[in-house]
Amino acid sequence: MKKTLGLAAVAAMLACGAAHAQQVNVKIGVLSDMSSLYADIGGPGSVAAAKLAIADFTKDHPNVKVEMISGDHQNKPDVGSNIANQWYDVDKVDMIIDVPNSGVALAVSQVAATKNKLFIVSGAAASDLTGPKCNADTIHWTYDTWMLSNGTATAMVKTGGDSWFFLTADYAFGHALERDAGAVVEKNGGKVVGKVRVPLNTNDFSSFLLQAQSSKAKVIGLANAGGDTINSIKQAAEFGIVKGGQKLAGLLVFASDVNALGLPTAQGLSLTETWYWDMNDTNRAWTKRWQTERNAAGKYPTMIHAGVYAGILHYLKARVALGGDPDGKTVAEKMKATPTDDILFGKGEIRVDGRKIHPAYLFEVKKPEESKYPGDFYTLKATIPANEAWRPLAEDNCPLVKG
Amino acid sequence: MFEIFGIPSGALFGQLLIGLINGSFYALLSLGLAVIFGMLNIINFSHGAQYMMGAFAAYLMLKYSGLGYWPALIIAPLVVGATGVLIERLFLQWLYKLDHLYGLLLTFGLALIIEGVARNQLGSAGLPYVVPDALRGGQNLGFMFLPNYRAWVIFASLTICIATWFVIERTRLGAYLRAATENPTLVRAFGINVPVMITLTYGFGVALAAFAGVMAAPIYNVSPQMGSELIIVVFAVVVIGGMGSILGAIVTGFGLGIVEGLTKVFFPEASNTVIFVIMAIVLLVRPAGLFGRRA
Amino acid sequence: MEQVAPLSQVVVAKPSFLRANAETIAFVVMALGLAVAPFFTYPLFLMQAMCFALFACAFNLLIGYVGLLSFGHALYFGWASYLSAYAAKAWGLTPELAILTGTATAAILGLVAGSLAIRRQGIYFAMITLALAQMMFFFALQAKFTGGEDGIQAVPRGYLFGLIDLRNEAAMYIVVLFVFLGGFLLIYRIIHSPFGEVLKAIRENEPRAISLGYKTDRYKLIAFVLSATIAGAAGATKAIVLQLASLTDVNWPMSGEVVLMSLVGGLGTIFGPVVGSFVILLMQYKLSVVGEWVLVIQGIIFVSCVLLFRRGIVGEISAWISSRLKA
Repeated sequence: MKKTLGLAAVAAMLACGAAHAQQVNVKIGVLSDMSSLYADIGGPGSVAAAKLAIADFTKDHPNVKVEMISGDHQNKPDVGSNIANQWYDVDKVDMIIDVPNSGVALAVSQVAATKNKLFIVSGAAASDLTGPKCNADTIHWTYDTWMLSNGTATAMVKTGGDSWFFLTADYAFGHALERDAGAVVEKNGGKVVGKVRVPLNTNDFSSFLLQAQSSKAKVIGLANAGGDTINSIKQAAEFGIVKGGQKLAGLLVFASDVNALGLPTAQGLSLTETWYWDMNDTNRAWTKRWQTERNAAGKYPTMIHAGVYAGILHYLKARVALGGDPDGKTVAEKMKATPTDDILFGKGEIRVDGRKIHPAYLFEVKKPEESKYPGDFYTLKATIPANEAWRPLAEDNCPLVKG
Repeated sequence: MFEIFGIPSGALFGQLLIGLINGSFYALLSLGLAVIFGMLNIINFSHGAQYMMGAFAAYLMLKYSGLGYWPALIIAPLVVGATGVLIERLFLQWLYKLDHLYGLLLTFGLALIIEGVARNQLGSAGLPYVVPDALRGGQNLGFMFLPNYRAWVIFASLTICIATWFVIERTRLGAYLRAATENPTLVRAFGINVPVMITLTYGFGVALAAFAGVMAAPIYNVSPQMGSELIIVVFAVVVIGGMGSILGAIVTGFGLGIVEGLTKVFFPEASNTVIFVIMAIVLLVRPAGLFGRRA
Repeated sequence: MEQVAPLSQVVVAKPSFLRANAETIAFVVMALGLAVAPFFTYPLFLMQAMCFALFACAFNLLIGYVGLLSFGHALYFGWASYLSAYAAKAWGLTPELAILTGTATAAILGLVAGSLAIRRQGIYFAMITLALAQMMFFFALQAKFTGGEDGIQAVPRGYLFGLIDLRNEAAMYIVVLFVFLGGFLLIYRIIHSPFGEVLKAIRENEPRAISLGYKTDRYKLIAFVLSATIAGAAGATKAIVLQLASLTDVNWPMSGEVVLMSLVGGLGTIFGPVVGSFVILLMQYKLSVVGEWVLVIQGIIFVSCVLLFRRGIVGEISAWISSRLKA
């Protein structure tokens, strides 16, 4: 199917006139966290995914020449901002992609808007990127905090988890998760019975877990990320929380976190992702290619890596259709005008606010005895259709959304 | 069940117990720092990194040779302690004649190297390590569910702390150590091999850190940055307790763990900063630290 | 008590024209160099480097000339950066007022922190500064106005004195150059003044200075506040240049970095921190591609400098020059 699409594209280009068969030169920058907290969910894996995307696209489009560079923002907004400035100004990069860490993504989004060059976010979660802080040069792929909260919270309330206690990382991102998820719980008829704000990078959650336990809430929502999530899950297992009948809802959990925790500790955890390596044969085949490219047999690609792959493909499609050397806003508009279709996310579209729409999936982490092979982490519990999974345009507060 | 300041007593005692557990780690780590500082007059900034090395050693042992928690508890400190000996011989010994701050800078640099290499080799998301079978489960104490492992942590660290204090303050070996700190030349004149004692003391302090790391592995996230997050708090603990005193380090460590635990109940947002605030207060009132002698 | 070598090694001036005016010549060279550099190098990088250079110079004032290792200097740099950013963005102040706001904040924080830390000496002083900085880091993390993990973004460059648009890179560059050279000259003036001589006396032998009747604690505190203020000026300016203030600026690795910059450049030399900061920043830029190793390389540089190159780049060059002059 890919081949036909490629041929059709070439045919279409030729039909439009010889002018469009010109050389298209593209330079892409993969900006990620290569060395610290998010190196596994993005990092070198994103670079590998980018390489695959470029290889797949240029195979069918010999007139497209793509150069790729990568950089490490080290989870610092100023480093990310610096690199973005340097890449756009000095290194003539046309498009920056990935950027896990919402703070850095917001900073890079500003730089992109100032320079009118394209920025595709795969790694970061802040729903503000398509909300109040949206701009014409930023596209948000893969996931965001609204979708995460909505997905996990709705599904859990519907399956009986109607009383919630939040363990919230005490910073903007954690507050946002808690706010969004809490609203969803109450909208679906549930109740937030309590919450506790925990300083970021807390090593020991025992006292907070104790409070959660004594609240007798049916679900303990983990409004945190990274090391905090891992710590709280690990320690929840120690205190027998899941065994005691309460459920844990990880509002931001990746397959790599589950890998880090191990199934004995993570079992029973509910979470939402938009892509999972083991969902179908296409994903599995792509995963093998990714693992070879990444040279890491024990690792599994995350939805962020998938987003980098798909985002680049759609971007290159738009570049070929436009030809020449368009600015960020023009390419973004083309990407929004063209429906998306790739092997990993299937059919979808990009809304006027820059939000990429695709289905979301509620997973539950398997028990160790249910896991048949390495990487067999999740059972699919529910699918949330694309038109329900994301924040409605009307609630966006995005200046790009007229009326 | 009665209430104290609006918190049910059960929850309060539960939090106190947990504070004691955290205090165990503070005590172990500040003990190691105090021992090293006492002998070498060096602030071992890499203490946090060596704590992390202990946890990683336990993980690697389990992964590559199937050695579980109990052997790790003994082997990891020995191995990491040996690297400490190497560090002392290769780097630290040249700095004794210089301003003490160079030692701080060197160990800071070492901490960066250790953390960077760990991050490179083993990723930064954290690695799995489970509680050993013998210590799974817990006791229902009525007011809380106390995991067996946590009880073990309190027991083990108390034992090690008291044993260390005893050796240093009450045995002849300890007497030699203390004498060598005060007047190394004189002690050497008595035929005691001071440089070897210094080297071994550093190794021992490092081993203590690694021991704490192995104990932390099952309950805290095993990640390259686990040490650097903890070490600054331990520094504050040490300033509060007063560096000169072994007993001070132990008592302050446990004490501050309890205070932090209480803060988590009554004022959770401040639980990260309470130890620093106490440090500021102690500095105003008793600059030498609670148990410190004039530095 | 053993005689310990002082932490800094300032080269004594020799009575020759070159030597006597070496520092002036070097300053002129530096100023000219920075004035023409933006035509050859990416201006944004240079502006950042100047901010960090000023930060390092302020830090070095304490360690090199007073003998106090402040291991938590990011506190002043970072909080000045926050206040400057907030003043420009939320209060709509013009850039020069925003920078002044930030600098004033740093001065106040320096006064409070300094009075606490001065109570102890040597290593304790260092640890206290670190702990205080960490406490303020957590405060920055939770305070609403700092934006937490996201920081304060989209800080407007604004109009200098209400007239000059600082989005013009040239105008911004001149402002930064002015702040940097001004701060540098201020430090120079402090060092080469009666006040500075007392500071050096305190570094060499505090008990003797006390016995001579100097209230050393007061001198140390003043030096501390000056150092914090200048570091604050650097941070406040940086916030306007990069249009961003984030947690990175208040975190302990930032404190460690400024130590590294001064160490590499040469502790206790006036140009050392400038050289050191440019070198370290350049290294970070070049190595951003292999991000995983930056931490390790910085650690190795630390270790090598402490063991082998204690005098730092400028220190080694000075020593080499004076050995040549002797011969």
